[in-house]
Amino acid sequence: AMDTDLSSQDRKDLDKFIKFFALKTVQVIVQARLGEKICTRSSSSPTGSDWFNLAIKDIPEVTHEAKKALAGQLPAVGRSMCVEISLKTSEGDSMELEIWCLEMNEKCDKEIKVSYTVYNRLSLLLKSLLAITRVTPAYRLSRKQGHEYVILYRIYFGEVQLSGLGEGFQTVRVGTVGTPVGTITLSCAYRINLAFMSTRQFERTPPIMGIIIDHFVDRPYPSSSPMHPCNYRAGEDNGAVYPSVEDSQEVCTTSFSTSPPSQCVFTVTKAHFQTPPPVVTDTLKVPVMGLAFSHQLSSSRLSYQPAALGVGSADMGYPILFAGGLNAAHPHQLIGPGKEGGVPPIPSQPAHGTQADQERICTPLDGVHYSAATPSSSEDTETVSNSSEGKCGSPHDLLETIFIRKVGAFVNKPINQVTMANLDIPFAMFAPKNVELEDNDPMVNPPDSPETESPLQGSLHSEGSSGSSTGNTHDDFVMIDFKPAFSKDDILPMDLGTFYREFQNPPQLSSLSIDIGAQSMAEDLDSLPEKLAVHEKNVKEFDAFVETLQ
Amino acid sequence: PRRTCRRAHSPGAAPAMNCRAEVLEVSVEGRQVEEAMLAVLHTVLLHRSTGKFHYKKEGTYSIGTVGTQDVDCDFIDFAYVRVSSEELDRALRKAVGEFKDALRNSGSDGMGQISLEFYQKKKSRWPFSDECIPWELWTIKVNVVNLANEQERQICREKVGEKLCEKIINIVEVMNRHEYLPKMPTQSEVDNVFDTSLKDVQPYLYKISYQITDSLGTSVTTTMRRLIKDTLAL
Repeated sequence: AMDTDLSSQDRKDLDKFIKFFALKTVQVIVQARLGEKICTRSSSSPTGSDWFNLAIKDIPEVTHEAKKALAGQLPAVGRSMCVEISLKTSEGDSMELEIWCLEMNEKCDKEIKVSYTVYNRLSLLLKSLLAITRVTPAYRLSRKQGHEYVILYRIYFGEVQLSGLGEGFQTVRVGTVGTPVGTITLSCAYRINLAFMSTRQFERTPPIMGIIIDHFVDRPYPSSSPMHPCNYRAGEDNGAVYPSVEDSQEVCTTSFSTSPPSQCVFTVTKAHFQTPPPVVTDTLKVPVMGLAFSHQLSSSRLSYQPAALGVGSADMGYPILFAGGLNAAHPHQLIGPGKEGGVPPIPSQPAHGTQADQERICTPLDGVHYSAATPSSSEDTETVSNSSEGKCGSPHDLLETIFIRKVGAFVNKPINQVTMANLDIPFAMFAPKNVELEDNDPMVNPPDSPETESPLQGSLHSEGSSGSSTGNTHDDFVMIDFKPAFSKDDILPMDLGTFYREFQNPPQLSSLSIDIGAQSMAEDLDSLPEKLAVHEKNVKEFDAFVETLQ
Repeated sequence: PRRTCRRAHSPGAAPAMNCRAEVLEVSVEGRQVEEAMLAVLHTVLLHRSTGKFHYKKEGTYSIGTVGTQDVDCDFIDFAYVRVSSEELDRALRKAVGEFKDALRNSGSDGMGQISLEFYQKKKSRWPFSDECIPWELWTIKVNVVNLANEQERQICREKVGEKLCEKIINIVEVMNRHEYLPKMPTQSEVDNVFDTSLKDVQPYLYKISYQITDSLGTSVTTTMRRLIKDTLAL
């Protein structure tokens, strides 16, 4: 009756349900913000590995981040799991859009049956989450992301922080499930005021920069709400053993973004991470981002790099680019899939999941560059087979990431000259580096394009090129961000800007050239008498013709 | 063998006392009717469908997996999630298509309602036929508007999209109340609770019917009932 404590088996089951519910919640939310349509297949034969009887794909990195944030804990009173969805423009402005909160309160329902009712209600709650994630304003924003902005996520565990949502934010409740240990609540607080701040405003008021940086590095300002570091351990509380997580750097959070078709496949070797913590500059400018993006898009669009992360769409072809605060111990992967992309071989998926993979919109892939498959598999196995929960392996150190950059049309430097000195900030390759690197970076300093006749071509080089070894004559020109009106860096291989650049110096029409014109006139005059003679011969025919017209 | 299921209450009358009833209202343009109805019906059925049951010995059963997919609307700025089942989608599209046609042909002001009812079958002894006892009834009242120009249509796209977002939130609120649901049946009873005819998912037994309101506003001029779920014996 009321005083009966939860049996230990029920308790174990309940903890497991809550843990996997939290992981699936994160998957649903993040997948709903990738900008693509999600499709999974129903299967009448149960495989026993689809939690809550729902086909929800597990993106390995997302599970990894969620587990990292939870650090072996479960949502409890005062300790909520939050998924923050934010938007970041190509100019570097960022804004929080939504906070999804999975909370636990003290109201217990002791009578409820764990293995049956709680499980089914959690399943229902996930269905509600699927529905609600499509009706908040951020869904439509995320479907249109790619060129001007990307959508990022951040998972944290602890106190809910809603201050970044601006004034008048609204809340929607997804649902609640009562359990014998408390009531699980899932809700979303979302921003109403979507006014953007321009980059210029940011330069004038440096303290606000902290908000942008917060997404990727530790919050430097004491006024911000306290944040738990990623390796937060509550071992003191109950003495449980948690997976060993190496000490994080100042970087505490990670973000995941879906970026426009950038053709770079980034994987970072662990060696690169032996760098000192990044200096927090007062303006986290990414000044060349805009230009770099458009160049990158136009130059390398012709060859797409495969690799997606389990959720892809053949018609949109948006890659899943991982940018984010990088923990030296957990080198991140940055992968840019392309149009012919698809899924890397997701290892150890349950048989049912594999079916789901094949039925999805994305096309299969050879996944050559996806090097971190192996460690993730152990995570996946743990996730889906729900056996041996006590396994505390730390596959993180096995995660190996290698930086490769796909060569684009404007690049004439060999790949290995690209160095990433500082990988602890997102989009590191676009961040301001020291001058030397900037000169060598083909993204900043594109070499001469094939047609160099027009002075306008030269203007596409940056001012900083005066120090470069090319000794080009274009020093006097200032870099222009060449954006023809109405042009969009589209998925089509040839956008207006490219077209214009390539065809702005066409040869003269031959008929307009004076020499040729004069020549043909002389010919015409010479041939006139001949033509007149012919017509005279046929005069009778012409007359007859005219008669018929009367 | 299917048995005739006689209604536990007469057509048009209020549902039984313990049947939960929810009413949603939308105003849409003619071409938006189908998508708006499908969005609402699919959202309800998403919550009211499970995976296929597989009964094993000892009276236990396992449940199959329900897949989901995103659907974008063409005439409304809106997207929704539905269960991945082509059979279910076809059944709903058929019902909604008939409703739309009836609305168009009725010559009325373009007002009508479509209902989705979940029921349980209760076996009776011979010679009485089984009863159908509804336990949840969703009614969507539709008002079709005519718009004059393209600008109004564009605004309507957005407005209806926003309204549907509200409806989805309303539906989820109701689902979250965790009120009465039929108890999980034994193998012999499963067809009295669930529709087991689909091959990949298993919704609760449901019926879709509709009514067109005449211009005088009376609730029924001609009651046209289309039973999508065939419960009549052949």
